[in-house]
Amino acid sequence: MTAITPLARAVAPVRPGLRPGHTLRCAADRVRIELLQYFRRSDALVFTFLFPVLLFAIFASAFGSLPAMLELDGQRVTQAQYYLPAMLAAGVFLSGVQNLGIEIAVERNDGTLQRLAATPLPVLSYFLGKLGQLLVTSLAQAALLLAVAVGVFGIELPTEPERWLALAWVFFGALVCFAVLGVAVAQIPRTVSSASAVVIPLALILQFISGIYLAFPMLPEWLQTIANLFPLAWVGHGMRFALLPEIAHHLEVGEAWNLQGVATALGIWAVVGTVVAALTFRWIKRG
Amino acid sequence: MSTAPAVVADGLTKRYGARTVVDDVSFRIEPGETFALLGPNGAGKSTTVEMLEGFRTPTSGAASVLGVDPRHADRAWRSRIGVVLQSTGHADALTVREILTHFARVFPAARDVDETIAAVGLAEHTKRRVAKLSGGQQRRVDVALGIIGRPEVLFLDEPTTGFDPQARRAFWQLIRDVAADGTTILLTTHYLDEAEQLADRAGIIAGGRLLAIDRTDRIGGAEARTPIVRWSDASGHHEVRTHEPASVVRQLRSEPTDLEIVRPSLEDVYLSLIGDASDDQPEEAAA
Repeated sequence: MTAITPLARAVAPVRPGLRPGHTLRCAADRVRIELLQYFRRSDALVFTFLFPVLLFAIFASAFGSLPAMLELDGQRVTQAQYYLPAMLAAGVFLSGVQNLGIEIAVERNDGTLQRLAATPLPVLSYFLGKLGQLLVTSLAQAALLLAVAVGVFGIELPTEPERWLALAWVFFGALVCFAVLGVAVAQIPRTVSSASAVVIPLALILQFISGIYLAFPMLPEWLQTIANLFPLAWVGHGMRFALLPEIAHHLEVGEAWNLQGVATALGIWAVVGTVVAALTFRWIKRG
Repeated sequence: MSTAPAVVADGLTKRYGARTVVDDVSFRIEPGETFALLGPNGAGKSTTVEMLEGFRTPTSGAASVLGVDPRHADRAWRSRIGVVLQSTGHADALTVREILTHFARVFPAARDVDETIAAVGLAEHTKRRVAKLSGGQQRRVDVALGIIGRPEVLFLDEPTTGFDPQARRAFWQLIRDVAADGTTILLTTHYLDEAEQLADRAGIIAGGRLLAIDRTDRIGGAEARTPIVRWSDASGHHEVRTHEPASVVRQLRSEPTDLEIVRPSLEDVYLSLIGDASDDQPEEAAA
């Protein structure tokens, strides 16, 4: 038993109220806390942070000796190249929908959120903390993925500014979209132990039909139609536009890029996700 | 300093379908007072406290904490309340200081972090991760998080369950310090000695109903504290309640085989009250 030091008497009978900027100050500290926890949780690190990098390394090694997917006018799209945008999309998707979804579901069901609800922490600060965590970890993950692709597998990245601009808006659009969808998905599991069991299969199915693990044109048309109702296939499409040579549009459905479709899908899902998250989010389970 | 009660429960009732978990419970707690809700597991203690914390909505009746209906709790109110829940998720990956520092930043008039850690006897474990602490030590982290915001009203829901006797004594001293600070405390417990040690007044609750409420040395009424004389002789076992036990003993005509004179303790009073109520008590909802 450790020694107990008596508490100093409270000297401040006049209580200061909550100062302006409370929400943002709390949010900044939430980001710090979320990141500390994220990088100390080995499961999140392996299954969310490193997963797309590991998967990319496996795909690129395994299919490295196969002939290029497309060769035209002196340009070529190799198998490894083709998987890079898919893994970038998967990274944001896993960090957002899967990791945030599981994390928030666990925190809601194990009492963490109820304890936060008993404090003056604003709900918005909690969400900004999650968004900040997602932003930092996704950027680090994307940088690592690109570094491995270039450094280890010799993949050439685009040089045109418009491609990088596209990469930026697709990436950040996906980030916001998947963040709010993660919050919405987190409302489904009813217990701590079911959180992963509920979220992972949903995420896995969507990845398979959205051209993440299987090339999108390989899928039957009806499956493509279903997949295109969800944002992930569009993120993959946008990432391929950003990172593959121009000739790669021949590998797309309709043999053309559809950036307007990407923007529309992300916009609609960001709004839908925000509304659903705002309407369904509860600090605590109602008994 | 206003003289209005710090906590008011007025006919609080909670029903889940046909089951009544809390049945017309009323009490008042004066500012600076420590009040214990005493009862067996499943008596409705936690549900009552959760209605006062604003986490459950009463089916009928009214609650007021610091003059505010907890159903309309806002952040300013939350900043004046401290809550130690019966079970909470632990931010396992964080150290004791990290999680307390975060909570201290969420409250406008927080206590000093290191001082609070020392007060709960964890000074030697400041840099240890919460996951690595023993169950009793984790509970002390919960208590530290409950008092870090310098609350005017502190809710403690079965704070010492699972403590060893030494840890409980140390914990009692901590609560006395917090009380000496002027903090109003509502404590639930199923340990009688805990209520006797800490509380000015106690309410005994069983089957959702408040059976008795008074100062801990008077609870059950004067009649319940009337000494009991018990003895056995050839004609069997005898028990007499009397204010003159000596004269009862003097009038015995044969030598008793055993003889005792007891002044019923809180425990005896409690057990007799709980025993009377146990015949028709509804079951507690799963928390």
